[in-house]
Amino acid sequence: MTSANAPLPVTVIGGYLGSGKTTLVNHLLRHADGVRLAILVNEFGELAIDEDLIEAEGDDIISIAGGCVCCSFGSDLTAALMDMAKLVPRPDHILIESSGVAIPGAIVASLGLMSGFSADGIVVLADCETVQAHARDEYMGDTITRQLADADIIVLNKADLVDGADFARTREWLAADYGQARVVRASHGIVPPETVLESFLGRSHSAGPHHEAANLDMHTLRPKGPVDVGALAKALAEDQAGIIRAKGFARSLSGEKTLIQVVGRRWTISATSEDHADGIVCLGFKGALHHHQLQDLLAGLTGAN
Amino acid sequence: MTTIYKAKKIITMNPNRPDATHVAVRDGRILGVGALSDLEPWGDYTLDEQFADKILMPGLIEGHAHTMEGTLWRNVYCGFFDRMDPDGKIWDGLKSVDAVIARLKDAESALTDPDAPLPGWSLDPIYMNNERVSRDHLDQVSTTRPIGVLHASGHILNVNSKALELAGLLKPGVNHPGIPLGKDGLPTGELFGPDAMTPVGQHVGFDRALTDCDEQGLRDYAKLCVRAGVTTSTDLAARLSDDSVEMMLRVTGEAKFPTRIVPLKVMFGVTPKEVVDYSVALKERSTDRLRMGRIKAVADGSIQGFSARMRWPGYHNGAPNGLWYTAPEQMSELYNRALEAGVQVHTHTNGDQATQMALDVLEPALKAHPSPDHRFTLQHCQLADAAQFRKMKNLDMCVNLFANHHFYWGDEHYRLTVGPERAERMNACRTAIDTGVPMTIHSDAPVTPLGPLFTAWCAVNRITASGRVQGEGEKIAVNEALRAVTIGAAYTLHLDGEVGSIEVGKKADFAVLEGDPTACNPLELKDISVWGTVQGGRIFPAADL
Repeated sequence: MTSANAPLPVTVIGGYLGSGKTTLVNHLLRHADGVRLAILVNEFGELAIDEDLIEAEGDDIISIAGGCVCCSFGSDLTAALMDMAKLVPRPDHILIESSGVAIPGAIVASLGLMSGFSADGIVVLADCETVQAHARDEYMGDTITRQLADADIIVLNKADLVDGADFARTREWLAADYGQARVVRASHGIVPPETVLESFLGRSHSAGPHHEAANLDMHTLRPKGPVDVGALAKALAEDQAGIIRAKGFARSLSGEKTLIQVVGRRWTISATSEDHADGIVCLGFKGALHHHQLQDLLAGLTGAN
Repeated sequence: MTTIYKAKKIITMNPNRPDATHVAVRDGRILGVGALSDLEPWGDYTLDEQFADKILMPGLIEGHAHTMEGTLWRNVYCGFFDRMDPDGKIWDGLKSVDAVIARLKDAESALTDPDAPLPGWSLDPIYMNNERVSRDHLDQVSTTRPIGVLHASGHILNVNSKALELAGLLKPGVNHPGIPLGKDGLPTGELFGPDAMTPVGQHVGFDRALTDCDEQGLRDYAKLCVRAGVTTSTDLAARLSDDSVEMMLRVTGEAKFPTRIVPLKVMFGVTPKEVVDYSVALKERSTDRLRMGRIKAVADGSIQGFSARMRWPGYHNGAPNGLWYTAPEQMSELYNRALEAGVQVHTHTNGDQATQMALDVLEPALKAHPSPDHRFTLQHCQLADAAQFRKMKNLDMCVNLFANHHFYWGDEHYRLTVGPERAERMNACRTAIDTGVPMTIHSDAPVTPLGPLFTAWCAVNRITASGRVQGEGEKIAVNEALRAVTIGAAYTLHLDGEVGSIEVGKKADFAVLEGDPTACNPLELKDISVWGTVQGGRIFPAADL
């Protein structure tokens, strides 16, 4: 997936107690499909990892089917991250399941102080039924709203527990107050894995039956020559065309091979030596991903396509 | 074998016999206290008159401190106030940044390994007109050796350029709320909060496990205890890993170890179930001098770090509300499980909202698990109002108030963090006593120096560092303060049957003083010299440590 010295992508999964973080993590492990995930949890709760996924358990580390691991970091996330980076074979992607009271933006900011890691974004889970009440809670309200405000992607979970009108109201409330985040609907933590983790996006360049079922749609942009990569990444992050995530390669105006990554409104460009064909995969939901707009956007930047 | 000690005066803290002249000790315990004639009927004895001109009090008890203070003393002391180290040397307080640089230079020149880090501690620029200390200052000490100075609050670390370079942060584009950048776009070397401090701290000699003492640190901490008249001290946020339990059992078991240590296992990175089960198991391994089996929970952060959880109207300077370290649901699970298992929990609540949360959560837990005599204790509890103290009383809670904080940061709280009205009611000792909440007071060493007589002075006089009396109405009397640092602290640990007063059957634990705290001017309480201690009948003169 990634070369040995490329930064290790790290996704922070936040959200209050009971929002479904653990369920989502287990779902991602079940669909890891060869991607070696390292899960960092604050503490091993009684049901941190579904039992049938566990291959072996140590004091601080659980080995999981498919080459994945789960570690408890306790009070020292920095040390746990460094331990993960040293694992052989090296994990492809690190997932931090933060505590219910953690502010995920602070975790990502700390990540920026360490070399060898790159932030793949903040996914915050919200329980459809309770998130609005929690956001008004005397004690936890401002913590919940800070978490939501930090999100690149909000997984609006437990959608099966509310009727359509309630779901729509919650979604509107999120859009009004937390418009920076893309919202993904989920029940039982089941989301298309590629919406949550960039490492999954890399492996699915074509829409297949899985995407049909998940109602996903994709569009690949293929710049014909050098392009202002910063402007392109920024435009993709501006939510005009229904993109949840985008990832791919293009050549910059100075001719450098550049990796472009977009999650919600967060975007990064980085020079890369990886030998990939140009092309940026844009992921969105069927009906919401506007192929024409994407083409127009690229054409606007390259002059003609 | 009975020894009868003659003293100038024995302050017993036992209301039936408030003072006496002689105390008889057998097998490390108090056989009796009174006049010599009261004690002679116990049979043969040796009369020991070495304390004939001393004042004996019950060994003082520190209800909230951290043994890591012992470890920190191996770093360079950079504090504003004079402070005594484990060997009894008094380090002058440093009144300017230049003085800090000069002391660091002295220490630097004594190092032989050119790459060894130079860590300093207890810096507090609040008293230096809030002068910002930058890497340029510390680069005057060395540009080739990593240097870091930890602030007294523990929430800020200043480092030099070399330390930033080693951490890979001496570069433009660092984007972190805890790392300010200078005009040149590079970090200034000021690191705010643990997230920013951790990646650099390891390069300047501050290990990650900063809240734990090491072996030498524990021995050094015990020396500080003797010098302060302390015979029992908590270690209020210990990780108590297997290794550290082994080490603490071994060191406290040494024949000359002078202190009873009460470490509380902190609930960080473990589930409520794990911490309760572990504490039940640890309790079984306790010895006389290492009392395990209690839990420390942390609800919020600190007031001066703006991470304490505040109720309306929040911080005086408009800072956003602080951080929760434990969610109400987790606290509830902890309280329920702990009450069910009979394990005591001490909960750090600095802000009044954190205090309210703990009260809200404990009440239903107590209904589910009726637990007479649980003595759950709120630690710091600095901003509680009268209604919250009444609630504590009705829930049979104890409180341990941070009297020293009032002296060191009272002016800051008045001016900046909470404003005049709440600053005046901070650490409301009078209200606690009048409401009937069992209470004690603490230093939170190393945040402020260990010294229960100083802590008592703070609670009695409520004088801030600038010399103002802040909160006249919350002052307590000398005898109330002395009670707080003896039997009061013992009560919060369920140890009041063993220590905290001088009466028959209890441990022969005494603070040996050169002056009488009940007879001196209350303003001089902090100046009473401590000769040493007697702990379990063993005599520890401070001069011989």
